[in-house]
Amino acid sequence: MEHAVETTLTVNGQKVTRRIEPRMHLVDFLREELGLVGSHLGCEHGVCGACTVRVNGQIVRGCLMLAVQADGCTVDTIEGLSDSGELFKLQRAFHEHNALQCGFCTPGMLLAAQDLLLSKKAPTREEIREHISGNYCRCTGYQAIVDAIEEVISHGQG
Amino acid sequence: MTFGILAAKTRGGSLKAPSFAYARAKSLAEAFDLIERPGAKILAGGQSLIPSLNMRLASPELLVDIGGLAPLKAISVEKGGLRIGALATHAEIQRSELVASHAPLLAQAVPHIAHPAIRNRGTLGGSLALADPAAEYPACALALNCTIVLQNRKGERRVPASTFFKGLFDTDIRPGEILAAAEFPRVERSVFLELTRRHGDYAIVGLAGVADASGKRIAFLGVGATPVLASHASKEKSLDAAERALAKDLNPPADLYHSSATKLHLAKVLLSRAWNTLSKPH
Repeated sequence: MEHAVETTLTVNGQKVTRRIEPRMHLVDFLREELGLVGSHLGCEHGVCGACTVRVNGQIVRGCLMLAVQADGCTVDTIEGLSDSGELFKLQRAFHEHNALQCGFCTPGMLLAAQDLLLSKKAPTREEIREHISGNYCRCTGYQAIVDAIEEVISHGQG
Repeated sequence: MTFGILAAKTRGGSLKAPSFAYARAKSLAEAFDLIERPGAKILAGGQSLIPSLNMRLASPELLVDIGGLAPLKAISVEKGGLRIGALATHAEIQRSELVASHAPLLAQAVPHIAHPAIRNRGTLGGSLALADPAAEYPACALALNCTIVLQNRKGERRVPASTFFKGLFDTDIRPGEILAAAEFPRVERSVFLELTRRHGDYAIVGLAGVADASGKRIAFLGVGATPVLASHASKEKSLDAAERALAKDLNPPADLYHSSATKLHLAKVLLSRAWNTLSKPH
């Protein structure tokens, strides 16, 4: 059945227009139509956080938003935020603290962490844990992730 | 709450929604036309609907996206109290100064709803209209006895929360109606508590309580097919008496991990934690 809807959105600064089937969620669109495979697909029902992307400046679950709902929106993915350097300090700290093993959760984890850095001045360890509680990591046990985020906070942000 | 404990029937190891048509309503009038089409379902924030599509628990023929309707987004103080548009997100409710001063219970509930990325999209109206008995806002609505504002093409109908929740995922919303807003009376003293296995999971049991000069109103979530107002316990003067009375208010069904008796015990634990805050003189 053909229900495709013409949709225009800005992804990592570039305007794209596509005819999109309504059933396609945003993260599948980014991965399959645009080849931006840095946003990962884990549970596909909003639990694991691997598909976290930014829409109009706010983090969302890429699997809980239809791509057609992003019409007129600005979408930023791990690719764009890496290229712009916005995540550089977090990425360096994750590397130095060994805050990843397989790396599957890392793009979503970085976006959730950066969202916290942008919204709170000096979050506590407890607040860091709360903010990343919707992003599952099955390798690290989270300690190193919290350490890395804490280090970026204590050394000043941005 | 999240959909973490719903068993998913996976197809080929991934969860993809069935095919459906999609229409973005540009006005309320257009939305009323669209929702009358066969198999139509309203899409607001989608944080419960889209997972249920992905898991093929729902298969609408047409999704009517009301997300662009600006009149449904406002938070304002009106004669009837604090009016919150159906499309206000959890994150907006948490940040709103009007909510903090008029209905702080709602802002207290938000940190218990799933996780930040979901709170940026999920809406008040979506949560009330879905009427998940384990969700936070329906219990808050009942404790505050807010007025649910339902609109259709002819006008609006106002329903008190006490009669709005009919059963499991069942409300008083009639075909052709859209939940437009909820109006909350000003109640400054409130407590919201939940017991969960992990932060953001479905609550084992939760409490939404308010108090003013007329007394206490304490509602529970996760204890039945709808949120339940503990009307007997709310009337009692002492915590001991209220804990005894709670057995008359609640008869929680067991879940996979907790017996009915355990749930009732945990409800009493929450009642005892909330009691002092709700009992201070006014």
